Amino acid sequence: MKKLFKTGNPYIWLTAGTLTISLLMICGLIALILINGFGIFWPHKLVRFTLRDGAVVLGEIAKKESIPHKKDAYRTKLKVGNRDVFGMDFRWIDDADIVSHELPHDALAFERREWGNMYGSLKGWKQGDDIKPVSPAEMTAMLKESWGLFKKIRSVEKKEIGNINYRMEKNRLELKRLSTLPPTTGIQKKIATVNARMDVLKKAYREKEDILTGLHQKAREKEVVALLADGSEKTIPVFQIVRLYAPNTMGSFAKIGFYVAKFWEFVSDEPREANTEGGIFPAIFGTVMMVLIMSIAVVPLGVLTAVYLREYASDSSIARLVRISVSNLAGVPSIVFGIFGLGFFIYFLGGGIDKLFFSEALPTPTFGTGGILWASLTLALLTVPVVVVATEEGLSSVPMSIREGAYALGATKFETLWKVVLPQAVPGILTGAILAIARAAGEVAPLMITGVVKLAPSLPLDQHFPFIHLERKFMHLGFHIYDVGFQSPNVEAAIPMVYATTLVLLFTVLVLNLTAIVVRTKLKKWYSTASL
Amino acid sequence: MEKVRMEVPDPIVNIIGLSLYYGKTKALKEINLDISKKRITSFIGPSGCGKSTLIRCLNRLNDLIESVTIEGSIQIDGQDIYAPSVDVTELRKRVGMVFQKPNPFPKTIYENVLYGPRVLGINKKSSLDDICENALKRAALWDEVKDRLHMNALDLSGGQQQRMCIARALATEPEILLLDEPCSALDPIATSKIEDMLVELKRDYTVIIVTHNMQQAARISDYTGFFMLGELVEFNITTEIFTNPREKQTEDYITGRFG
Repeated sequence: MKKLFKTGNPYIWLTAGTLTISLLMICGLIALILINGFGIFWPHKLVRFTLRDGAVVLGEIAKKESIPHKKDAYRTKLKVGNRDVFGMDFRWIDDADIVSHELPHDALAFERREWGNMYGSLKGWKQGDDIKPVSPAEMTAMLKESWGLFKKIRSVEKKEIGNINYRMEKNRLELKRLSTLPPTTGIQKKIATVNARMDVLKKAYREKEDILTGLHQKAREKEVVALLADGSEKTIPVFQIVRLYAPNTMGSFAKIGFYVAKFWEFVSDEPREANTEGGIFPAIFGTVMMVLIMSIAVVPLGVLTAVYLREYASDSSIARLVRISVSNLAGVPSIVFGIFGLGFFIYFLGGGIDKLFFSEALPTPTFGTGGILWASLTLALLTVPVVVVATEEGLSSVPMSIREGAYALGATKFETLWKVVLPQAVPGILTGAILAIARAAGEVAPLMITGVVKLAPSLPLDQHFPFIHLERKFMHLGFHIYDVGFQSPNVEAAIPMVYATTLVLLFTVLVLNLTAIVVRTKLKKWYSTASL
Repeated sequence: MEKVRMEVPDPIVNIIGLSLYYGKTKALKEINLDISKKRITSFIGPSGCGKSTLIRCLNRLNDLIESVTIEGSIQIDGQDIYAPSVDVTELRKRVGMVFQKPNPFPKTIYENVLYGPRVLGINKKSSLDDICENALKRAALWDEVKDRLHMNALDLSGGQQQRMCIARALATEPEILLLDEPCSALDPIATSKIEDMLVELKRDYTVIIVTHNMQQAARISDYTGFFMLGELVEFNITTEIFTNPREKQTEDYITGRFG
């Protein structure tokens, strides 16, 4: 026994064992997210159960589990949809109550713009009081038409009316500013021109509004009647249907096509229905943009701090104290940084900027409220210790002989630092940046009070000058997970969204990190070969 | 011990009563020494005797170490290099240095050699090319690298790297070239190449070399100083030192009785 311990093998097993456990847990987590996240877009079969009491239900099987304390008894969680009719999306059914079950060929899933999915069959097309049967080809054409209508409405709402609103707001502020000036003839003339511009815009706005009303009218025109599982009929406008599919008759290729389309919608579209349906594009965009702004802020700040600490500050007790404090800063709870960001960046800096430059908009704050810039800067503060420590390590890894070589050639300390030492420390600096990005992309708590919102009306980047709107509120994947998973009115139906969003967040962090790693490799090569 | 100040022809460096302390430790003890222009002067002695410290005083590289204090003076061309008015970077351009281990910057050969001229502010491509070629030719490396100037210097062999470092030092056109055991990390073939080159360089430069290799000192240098425990024990024409040393310690050292 003693001999065995002397060989050291048990310790090797111990270390290998702990490594295995850690790896297994990480792999398990990732596998869980992958399976659940990728699985949600797959069209599930629609099952019709006839129950013992004669009721008929139709839906997707969401889960099956054994009933506790009863042997060989199972129950099924069925997604019955039709929240507007049944009041809930899911229903638990004891398997003992099921008399028969089948996969009806005419069962259709209606993906709607509101109220979640509806399951049933298509009875026909409503014309007056008649119900005319409708062929699949006709249905497809109608859906296509309503899709075109939807795109048109969205473009009018977002682009055209958004544009007018934007310009009206500009003019309104201009008017407000002018009214504070002494009313000389010149100013009055200006006010008159702005007012004239306002009138033109108001007229354009009314025109657009009329167009919109017409479009909405048109959207309500065509209606179809669906037959639900319990025999009742439900009339819905074609416009309400996003997608109509028959999962029980779909072939593999159709399913794959459906999957790809759904997945693309998820990553490229805006959310619907309190974020529980539709896509998450604004959240992806917000996350990436926030991380980029944060990187731009944190790298210079951290590098310059580290350069002073390592190269210029003498190794006194104060410098050591600063170093320890910087390292400890990394352990401060992130919510504390959030509160600091709220107090310092938003109220103090943002409020100051508003008073100086946007006084005409007050009391409505411009920068004095949460926004992507303040959230990014708060995160930059949060991650600056990581960059400082990594840069210091990078600097100290540059050998003294290299520095002496530069000094001996008549370079000053600054030249040596700038042209010989720092380039060699670049990989270390970028390692710090990578760690900072990884930390920042997953951080949620400080963002909740510095500018993240559940649903942002517009992206922080658009066609209006100056294109990047740093004061805007934004959406974020981490907050989206929290919001959809725990704050949405229909948490159970949103679970798949949570998995999928988590998957996208992980993937986004991965992509951001990979980008930084690629840049590091490139820079490493560049600095070792390129001229100064 | 009686100290006789050795008279050398045409001295360029005068070291007068130089003492150096690392904190409280006295590493150099009242060194008095003149170095002749356009000659090779070598410093030999056991490890820790202060010879490297001494040559690092000549370009004030010891300034980088905070605890160092200096007494006495060093004059180059009659000017005290420790005077407050002296610009250290100017001095280091006049007094080039090559280190024990090759220390190429992780850049191309071209950029390595031209680092000094660029610091001096030379930016014209044609003159930079000329400087690079000349420096590499003097360092006897041109023929080996002329086709791959834009290759990373770290890919050169150790001996080539060291010659490149010499070329880098020569590119700033120094008057004096300091070499701190330049061959200690090299094989005999690379060493002999560098020795041949140093003898060539003597025509234009004053060369001061620290070496552990007594044969090397005997082969290439005109004057040799023998150091022990921070003191200059003996300084003389090389042939004199090796054939007819005045001091017992010197004789013991060069005959291999200790050290």
